[in-house]
Amino acid sequence: MDVFQVFIELAQSTVRLSTPLILAALAGLFTERAGIFDIGLEGKMLGAAFAAGCVAYISQSVYMGLLAAVLVSVLLSLVHGYASITQRGSQIVSGVAINFVVAGSTVILGEAWFRQGGRTPALSADGRFGTVTLPFADAVRDVPILGPLYSGLLSGHSPLTYLAFLMVPVSWWILYRTRFGLRLRAVGENPGAVDTAGISVIWLRYRGVICCGILCGIAGAYLSLAAGAGFTKGMTAGKGYIALAALIFAKWRPKNILFACLLFGFLDAFAIRYQGYAFPLIGKVPVQLMQALPYILTVILLAGFIGKAIPPKAGGVPYVKER
Amino acid sequence: MSELAIELKGIDKSFGLVHANRNINLKVRKGTIHGIIGENGAGKSTLMSILYGFYQADYGDIIIDGKTIKIRDPNAAIAAGIGMVHQHFMLVENFTVLENIMLGAEESQILNAGITKARAELKRLEKEYALEVDPDAVIEELPVGIQQRVEILKALYRKADILILDEPTGVLTPAEADHLFRILRQLKDEGKTVLLITHKLREIMAITDEVSVMRRGEMVATRTTKDTSVEELAELMVGRRVLLRVEKGEAKPADVKLSVKNLTVRDGRGVTMVDDVSFDIRAGEIVGIAGVAGNGQSELLEAISGIRRAKSGTVLLSGREIDVTGNADPADLRRRGLAHVPEDRHHVGLVLKFEESENAILGYHDDPKYRRGMLLDVDAIRADAEAKIAAYDIRPPNPRLKTANFSGGNQQKIVLAREMERNPDVLIIGQPTRGVDVGAIEFIHKRIIEMRDQGKAVLLVSVELDEIRALSDRILVMFAGRVVGERTPDATEGELGLLMAGVEGRKEAAE
Repeated sequence: MDVFQVFIELAQSTVRLSTPLILAALAGLFTERAGIFDIGLEGKMLGAAFAAGCVAYISQSVYMGLLAAVLVSVLLSLVHGYASITQRGSQIVSGVAINFVVAGSTVILGEAWFRQGGRTPALSADGRFGTVTLPFADAVRDVPILGPLYSGLLSGHSPLTYLAFLMVPVSWWILYRTRFGLRLRAVGENPGAVDTAGISVIWLRYRGVICCGILCGIAGAYLSLAAGAGFTKGMTAGKGYIALAALIFAKWRPKNILFACLLFGFLDAFAIRYQGYAFPLIGKVPVQLMQALPYILTVILLAGFIGKAIPPKAGGVPYVKER
Repeated sequence: MSELAIELKGIDKSFGLVHANRNINLKVRKGTIHGIIGENGAGKSTLMSILYGFYQADYGDIIIDGKTIKIRDPNAAIAAGIGMVHQHFMLVENFTVLENIMLGAEESQILNAGITKARAELKRLEKEYALEVDPDAVIEELPVGIQQRVEILKALYRKADILILDEPTGVLTPAEADHLFRILRQLKDEGKTVLLITHKLREIMAITDEVSVMRRGEMVATRTTKDTSVEELAELMVGRRVLLRVEKGEAKPADVKLSVKNLTVRDGRGVTMVDDVSFDIRAGEIVGIAGVAGNGQSELLEAISGIRRAKSGTVLLSGREIDVTGNADPADLRRRGLAHVPEDRHHVGLVLKFEESENAILGYHDDPKYRRGMLLDVDAIRADAEAKIAAYDIRPPNPRLKTANFSGGNQQKIVLAREMERNPDVLIIGQPTRGVDVGAIEFIHKRIIEMRDQGKAVLLVSVELDEIRALSDRILVMFAGRVVGERTPDATEGELGLLMAGVEGRKEAAE
């Protein structure tokens, strides 16, 4: 196969695999910039994927599935918010608890309702998000270089993928160009400044957490309604944690998040494509090593290559008025 | 139009069992600078927080400009024309000046339109009040004096007519404080009303028109500033006569007890905090180190007391070298006659969750007199604590009480009693009266002089210039890690102030 073709295929699968990471990392961006750390991205995504699988199967509507995913994820976010904003509990404990509860309950409920070993029934092609073919994609397919780039790489993705990439500049605009964004960033740095300016710290942080819930919900729905055809147990497979790593790697900035997620997506795509492939000089690399590659590189990158990542200063600390 | 900007009637507030404000009545005339003075814990901050809507009073009325209003949150206070400059600045450090000023007053959902307007308004305010700042500078890169200016601009931007300043000079050099006072006078000339909260009597006398005194949650008196005196105000604050001037005789310096030579200390980031500092202290003298906080005083104390490793230099304690660049052991230094009252008593000097008696022997617990074999001799420790409580008048006199429940002054006395009663040759004291009431300050100052008269060598570090001048026999001024000058205690404040700001010192070094 020629190199260019390989490149297009790798790139396309990178885009697909990055989509849930981008959505989840942006979700984390909104809550962490508000000063609420969230290790529960994984759990929220998983819960959303499950809800999407169930509802899309029962209602036969992919949009109802998406809606259910967002609702469940926002609900879980509010639980996290209640524990860490209102009750001033530990944000890590609350997030971990959500991950555990969701990991267990999705399997139990899935088995009780559908008796398919914890999965939801497979969705037909009509019951999932299809792919969007951009205008003229078929017509230009044979144009050299540009043709495959347009119709192979840019065209042919799920609408949720386009949404995810669109959310990057939108998130930037919200954070840096709107009143809500200014206040959200301020509350993650110095909630006292927000409070004395006459703005409610609690409500602002809840709004950050809700934004996180919505984006995590879409990420989860993508997994079971676009990337897969229904929910399978543990289908997030650590993507929530990778998104969190990408968020730190990106130093809590939207543009960097895009690149960080594309990088992690690429590592994943590479590992999948070259499983069992005999490399020149090295020979055949064990499957397990290929699968572990993204995680190994994550550790190396986070340990050595990003310099100092300064988190929002008030992150992880519940706000208590002085005295 | 009312004559009064603020009138408080019968304000009462309790936090659980603590009655923070009792039936407070206060009248502040428009266009004046009104001081509120009182010891720590007298209820000043609570009262101001009620005025700014942080807390609600249990009873009482707030009347602003002739109208009785309810201030439920800071928004209501801002709407009523009240602005507040907090002791700890309420600024977002990685935002620009402009962003900080706009926060909460953005005018529209999308920032762009507001930014242009804010920039223009800020320019106007800067010009009107001579408060220059660069609107695009990032807060964390600005010196504290300028950060405070941003806080004032924030209030003015919100059209505040009443400006509350809570202990505004704590972080400023004398020159910066003077500049602040000029700004406040100008605000007054423009018809604004300024409420100045402080525990520094000198500031009250220098700038206010009227002054109200608080004591133990009550408003005990209001005076016209020009008709009162420092002595009267101090007496009103404490409730008894206070000696403000420390009485001390001539120092009789004897042998050198502590000798510091070419000491250089770096902090964790590798920044040189103490730069080639040398000095001697003799038995029977107090050497004071003056300087604005953060000019290396803390690191100097830490290096000498063996808490922080120095980069280079030598320190001799009673003629014997301390291994300051290697593994100086604080416990060993204590045995060799060096006592240390740390600057930060909450984090270094005390374990707040311990009982008083446990803190009274902290660091000396391996002394045989507190031990019975491997175990602590609890009876001996309590008896020892009770003796110190009596000698230092620590209240409440209960060695079993948790240390966190003592007031700042009494906590400081616990540390002083522990260190002074060891009868050391050299006593190192950092910020002896930070957060300490006027009454206790008098006691602590007397004890320090007594130590000197007993022939101890005392090294005193304080950011309170008055304290340095009152106690020291010689004054060294530190700026940017260097000792930039030595003066006698009769040097004027202006002279020391210039040294502290690094103005004179550079000239001196160049000559």
